Amino acid sequence: MQLSKTRKRAVSVIAASFAAIMLLLALPVSATADEVGTEFDDKIFGNVKLDGESLGGVEITVSGNGYEASTVTGADGRWSIGVPERGQYEVILNEETLPEGIAVVEDGGPIKQVEFGLTGTVVTNYFIGEGERTAIGLWPQFFTRLVYGINFGLMLGLASVGLSLVFGTTKLSNFAHAEMVTFGAVIALFFASLDINPFLGIILAVIASGLAGLTQDVILWRPLRRKGIGIVQLMIVSIGLALTLRYVYQFFIGGSTSQLPPLGGESFKLFGSLTLSTTDIASMVISIIVLIAFALWLTLTKTGKATRAISDNSDLAAASGIDVDRVIRYVWITASALAGLGGILWAYFRPGIKWDMGEKILLLIFAAVVLGGLGTAFGALIGALIVGIMVETSTMILAPDIKYVGALIVLIGVLLVKPTGLLGTKERIG
Amino acid sequence: MDWIQILSNTVESILSPVTFAFVLASLGLAMHFGFAGLLNFGIAGFMAIGAYGYAISVLRFDLPWWGGMLVSIVAAIAFAILLGAPTLRLRGDYLAIVTIAAAEIARLLFLTNTFDDFTGSASGLFGYHDSFRAANPIPEGTYGFGPFTYSETDWWVRIFGLAVLAVVIWLLWALSRSPWGRVIKGIREDEDAVRALGKNVFAYKMQALIIGGVFGAMGGVIYALPSAVNPTVYVTSLTFFIWTALLLGGAATVFGPVLGSIIFWVLQAFLTNVLPALAQEGGILESLTSQQASTLRFILVGIGLMLIVIYRPQGIAGDKRELTFVK
Repeated sequence: MQLSKTRKRAVSVIAASFAAIMLLLALPVSATADEVGTEFDDKIFGNVKLDGESLGGVEITVSGNGYEASTVTGADGRWSIGVPERGQYEVILNEETLPEGIAVVEDGGPIKQVEFGLTGTVVTNYFIGEGERTAIGLWPQFFTRLVYGINFGLMLGLASVGLSLVFGTTKLSNFAHAEMVTFGAVIALFFASLDINPFLGIILAVIASGLAGLTQDVILWRPLRRKGIGIVQLMIVSIGLALTLRYVYQFFIGGSTSQLPPLGGESFKLFGSLTLSTTDIASMVISIIVLIAFALWLTLTKTGKATRAISDNSDLAAASGIDVDRVIRYVWITASALAGLGGILWAYFRPGIKWDMGEKILLLIFAAVVLGGLGTAFGALIGALIVGIMVETSTMILAPDIKYVGALIVLIGVLLVKPTGLLGTKERIG
Repeated sequence: MDWIQILSNTVESILSPVTFAFVLASLGLAMHFGFAGLLNFGIAGFMAIGAYGYAISVLRFDLPWWGGMLVSIVAAIAFAILLGAPTLRLRGDYLAIVTIAAAEIARLLFLTNTFDDFTGSASGLFGYHDSFRAANPIPEGTYGFGPFTYSETDWWVRIFGLAVLAVVIWLLWALSRSPWGRVIKGIREDEDAVRALGKNVFAYKMQALIIGGVFGAMGGVIYALPSAVNPTVYVTSLTFFIWTALLLGGAATVFGPVLGSIIFWVLQAFLTNVLPALAQEGGILESLTSQQASTLRFILVGIGLMLIVIYRPQGIAGDKRELTFVK
């Protein structure tokens, strides 16, 4: 262990001085990366980009299975390292070789764990944002995390209110809801591949998500409700559906991460270390507008009121003349469309689209819904904001790779202490 | 297409340690769900605890292999108590969410770099085989016939796995027809009625959770025994696959989980071999890449799970009257 660490450091020092010399001499970085380990069949390769611009001269080290190799990215930001066997490797980006004041800000930082799937190649990309590595005070750091947390919480909110509505009206704990989050992102990727206007593509993707919700209700959930299948069985059916959808996505987009087309715009350095891109700001504004529209729909329109009535007491609602099936159909459409929109925004936030991206936040969605009170849409929204902020701010204390643990502990804690959540009311018995 | 090879690989999966691990875990789940009515969606967590408990105690604390297994069992008991003490009074679907979250917490804690010295974080644990292999009574060599030809090490793992299986199956069978088993089934059907008879319902549920959890942990040990502990294995999908195997065979039976797991893995092995071959050779799957072809089998698992639950919730070997508690 000790030895390899020293070696790593030695390698990085050499590479860093190498990069520095090149900068001093103002030599152009070689146009393509020097490939390392070309004698092997399998390789790990990828791209390093800073705000969409390729970044050359960055040192990448791959280690694992008793093998270690380093390379430097070419001017096109590409790098490639051949490895002797398929397995798990650790990819490390040497932050010393990045331009001043730049750090890897995505999940996990400069160190990534990769694993070979069925093919002989693994793609590992670094999409780097500005800054953070500069030492900053506790409060500005907290404030930055808070804003990211609110952004993430709003996306979670979009996904959570739907799950909560579905639970409220049908008593189904829908494990396939997170797949609707992925659905939105994957369909947006599909429309992006058609080369249409990206904004139009996003709108179409949200509509498609709503239609997917409608389809689900028509061909699966309504017949099962008619059949009188119990809630536990329905829950397991939703797990089967989640598995099916998840692997259907993998079938179409493969195991790698894809990117939506950038929406353009620039980054604003607001203050302290807080930098938001236009996309971030737009994402927050869109979330807030949509959530307000949703709240108005739920409180003011006839269908919205009927939805809440069914959540309160389904039989009473049916007896007072509400067409329960019709309302539930609207609920599925709304829930899926909101989840799909959440997925698209999240694809920009992460960034990237992966077949199992929804599964990754399924339990966070559940945590948000449970925290707010199962079946209450507004509770889910508050729960989502709390969970989002908690996940992002907890990285100040916890390692980033266990930032979800706190939220899961809250989920369990709430169910134990106050199963009705923040806004839920105690169920009446008798 | 090499049908002989494909069939041989398929048949071979019956004696694979992964199949044994699935049988053990689904027997544990049968205890939880089939007999006690507990919706445990954290069986992957129990398996992870078993596997890591074994590997960590052998690798980091130099315990012998049987010591490692004892540690796994104790750790599973502790996890069951930790999980069950506060949650067993929750309603079914709430319990499902809590257990799935608990398993995910366990997995994230095994995966994080924070405890790398113990858990090996993302690269997992390997190289803990010496002690177990040293106990191998079989002389060196290759034994067996046809697809079941293994080295002495592979046979040792398989024989040990079969022995554990036999004990667990006997235990579950004996428990299910004991007075204790009848109380457990009574709790599954109507908790209040059993409580009215003066039984301590909570204690019974906890005992069921512990016993099933230990089965699951032994499944994790057998899974890890021949190869390595890899944190990417113990994800929620593993839990869902074990549920599929359990429900396929029959949740409230002893024989069902065994049958379900074997069918699950034989089908998986068959599809793993056949689908990419079909994609290569052309025909109906001609336009697919081999990766797409092998993704198909997981799509089929999902569809299969839905169909079982909708049309035959009692599974192949089950009796519908045993599953009236699933509401």
